[in-house]
Amino acid sequence: MRRFIPHIVLALGAGVMLLPFYWMVLTSIRAPAEIFDISLWPIPKEFTGVENYTQAATTVPMARFMLNGVIVCAGILIVQVLTAVPAAYALAKLRFPGRRLLMIAVIAALCVPMQALALPLFVGLAKAGLLNTYFAQMAPFFLSVFAIFLFHQSFRSYPDEIIEAARMDGFSEMEICWGLVLRGSLPSLAAFAVFSVVAHWNDLYWPMIVVNDTALAPPPLGMLFFSDVETGANYGALMAGAAMITAPMVVCFLLARRSFIAGITMTGVK
Amino acid sequence: MTTAVMIRPRGRTALKGLAFAAPAILLLLAIYIVPMLVLAGFSVTDYQLGALNWEFVGLKNFTDAFADPVFLRALANTALYAVIVIPSGVFLALGVALLVHGRKRSRAFWETAYFLPVTATLVAMATVWQFLLHPSLGPVNAAITWLGFEPVSFLGNPALLIPTMALIGVWQVLGFNMVLFLAGLTAIPQDLHEAARMDGAKHPMDRFLTVTWPMLGPTTMFVVVTTSISAFKVFETVAVLTKGRSGSETLLYSLYLEGFEYSNTGYAAALTLIFLGIVLVLSIGQTLRMERKVHY
Amino acid sequence: MARQSLDLSGIRKGFGQTQVLKDINLSVREGEFLSLVGMSGCGKSTLLRIIAGLEAPDEGELRIGGRDVTNSDPSDRNLAMVFQSYALYPHMTVRQNIATPLRMRKLGFAARLPLLGRVVASRHTLAEIDAAVAQAAGTLQITHLLDRKPAQLSGGQRQRVALARALVRQPAAFLMDEPLSNLDAKLRAHMRDELVGLHRRLGATFVYVTHDQVEAMTMSDRIALMIEGRIEQLGTPDELYHNPATLAVARFIGSPTINLLPAEAGASGAVSVKGMTTGLVAAPGPATLGIRAEDVRVSAGGLPARILREEKHGPDRFLTCELAEGETIVLRQKASDPTGADADGWLSLGFAEERAHLFGSNGLRRDFRVVEKAAA
Repeated sequence: MRRFIPHIVLALGAGVMLLPFYWMVLTSIRAPAEIFDISLWPIPKEFTGVENYTQAATTVPMARFMLNGVIVCAGILIVQVLTAVPAAYALAKLRFPGRRLLMIAVIAALCVPMQALALPLFVGLAKAGLLNTYFAQMAPFFLSVFAIFLFHQSFRSYPDEIIEAARMDGFSEMEICWGLVLRGSLPSLAAFAVFSVVAHWNDLYWPMIVVNDTALAPPPLGMLFFSDVETGANYGALMAGAAMITAPMVVCFLLARRSFIAGITMTGVK
Repeated sequence: MTTAVMIRPRGRTALKGLAFAAPAILLLLAIYIVPMLVLAGFSVTDYQLGALNWEFVGLKNFTDAFADPVFLRALANTALYAVIVIPSGVFLALGVALLVHGRKRSRAFWETAYFLPVTATLVAMATVWQFLLHPSLGPVNAAITWLGFEPVSFLGNPALLIPTMALIGVWQVLGFNMVLFLAGLTAIPQDLHEAARMDGAKHPMDRFLTVTWPMLGPTTMFVVVTTSISAFKVFETVAVLTKGRSGSETLLYSLYLEGFEYSNTGYAAALTLIFLGIVLVLSIGQTLRMERKVHY
Repeated sequence: MARQSLDLSGIRKGFGQTQVLKDINLSVREGEFLSLVGMSGCGKSTLLRIIAGLEAPDEGELRIGGRDVTNSDPSDRNLAMVFQSYALYPHMTVRQNIATPLRMRKLGFAARLPLLGRVVASRHTLAEIDAAVAQAAGTLQITHLLDRKPAQLSGGQRQRVALARALVRQPAAFLMDEPLSNLDAKLRAHMRDELVGLHRRLGATFVYVTHDQVEAMTMSDRIALMIEGRIEQLGTPDELYHNPATLAVARFIGSPTINLLPAEAGASGAVSVKGMTTGLVAAPGPATLGIRAEDVRVSAGGLPARILREEKHGPDRFLTCELAEGETIVLRQKASDPTGADADGWLSLGFAEERAHLFGSNGLRRDFRVVEKAAA
């Protein structure tokens, strides 16, 4: 009996952890009328999943939110990698004036949360007339000091001899950086990609500040618009919307559990 | 001749290094340094976005903040939120990690179950929680009534708003902290547990106090710091569940309202600096540790 | 207290499909220094962990001082263990590390708690613990290190702390799992002497696991040589060296490795090696002849061999020679003597027949007697 106690405790806890997901999916396939009899029985009397999801997808441009999310996340990730990798390589393997200062600046910047910079960045973007653009959604995240720090740690362990041999063989510094050194740090790159995409797919604060055009809203902001429109009217559709917005990250997580956990827990370092 | 040969390649690597770091340096200036200076500048003015003129007001914004009942309420709310989320988020996660660590075959399953809320979009899940906690339609209250208690109006009773949001905060952060603790537990050498058993630590509690807890020290520190920082950044649940009604605004939410809804840029800048100060105090130790990389 | 016997009978242990220990019967006498020696994977560490109580045997019985402890918790066996990694608690000072076994045993749960403990614990017990720690530290000459943390110590110092932690509570026996393998060669030789001295002074029972036969040979009262989950031979170092029970034992013990040559006992029982008739007489059949390097002699009418290599070891030298069909044979000579080789490096090898070893094709030792060899 004592052997099972940990399992029982864990199962009860997991029940609480997973209850919202279960309730979300269950409600999203139930008829609005059924919502009033509160039951956790998994099979709805009447399957109205199609109606609920259709309503969620048509009341607000759900597909558009998703596409916006993809565009913003991809744009941010690409620029982050393009800027952070060379900087990390320079910090780890090249000597140049101001290197120490840059390193200190990077570590100091790690402590500064994005929310602290939002106000001046918002004013700047507003002055430049760039609010309600994809650029405004992405710009503050173009530089990831966290990526620089992470890649720096990883690049540092790349053997100098190989870099020197490659220079002797006539490789350009760019080729060495992207072709050799980064290739040795692919796990870090993968983990960072997960971290970055999850963080920005789920972010609400900044989009809420710079976007009020529904057509440009990323999923969390879209969800907020939707729940404002749908307040109290149709929980089935509301849950269908929530399910659609949550699904991409949850599915990715279930498919690539290990690298997901590695990627997200890296936020800890931040 | 010799010196020229010596200097030129060195000069070239210096140039290369700068060239490689240049995009990052420019972005660092544009995204961090200049905005920081601008922020500091705003905080001593009465600037309002869109206004044509502004005046230097010294530290008035800061003194105003500490006399502003809304801001003080937000500060108190955030502190209450943190006081609930930090201990429960840390110790529940430690408990779960200890249980999960002992499992062999089912470990991956439990890890996934507890980590799932971390990946889910909080805005969407907060909507789900709102429904779960609904006084008449939600299963949570159905269960409470079934047990013979009065239904609880989690999101109606103003006194319960912050604790309810803290509950959701714990739900969200638990899996994250569990994974950090699991990593810490895995790093403890098996030898030490065995040595403790040989040394007479018979009861699991003894071994926990002799080996596990002290060895987890750095991990626990780290988890406490990250949990407190994220607690002070609570925003999504407020934005979805209460929008600050019934005096339930938090630090970041009131900052959002002042800066972006009411366009009180100068005042919001002062609030931002206070917020930043709190975060920096919380993270300073961790940052120094990161630099030194001190380990046992 | 520190002199208790350990009796193992019929111990078996398997992990999944593999049988790691196959019917181990072993008695460790009171106050004895017994080594479990063998190659990695032979089961010696598992056996030690079973004695410690860190693993449970699938079958069999373990008694300490006559008391059956097969199913008792490690903490109830009163054994001390020194781990290969030393397993010092990194967050405690040396003093706290050494005190831990005593605190666990002598203080109640409340008295062991970090802050409360100071109030609850009896002063008398605390003073007792302090005295015991001071004495153990004195024995191992680490008194000056008591306030340091393990990370600030060298390998040899950590080793001493681990030993002090083991001896502070006067256990029924000491278990040591390759305790010297993380030290450099010079320190290892030094600690070997110290361990032997410590054993002599304490008169305690030691069970010592090692893969290094030199360590086992130089330190032990008795050696249990383990091969593939069985005890191949149990005996004193001299017995194992001079009277190996099997070919495997002969091969494992001794440096340089024993010379082994295919031999054949004819119908008359006369043993011949590579066409050379020896003075050995044994039961007819194929066999393996084993001769230690120091028992190989340069003698006329022996096997022709050519010197391949010469290794100087101070007073002695090892000559590696090649026989006609490619086998090599190592002989040990006084460095001051001439090698006995001709100008082309050839010599003729014989051996001290009464000191030879003969093994049957089943690997077991085969008896023989030495007769006067008929003149060739």
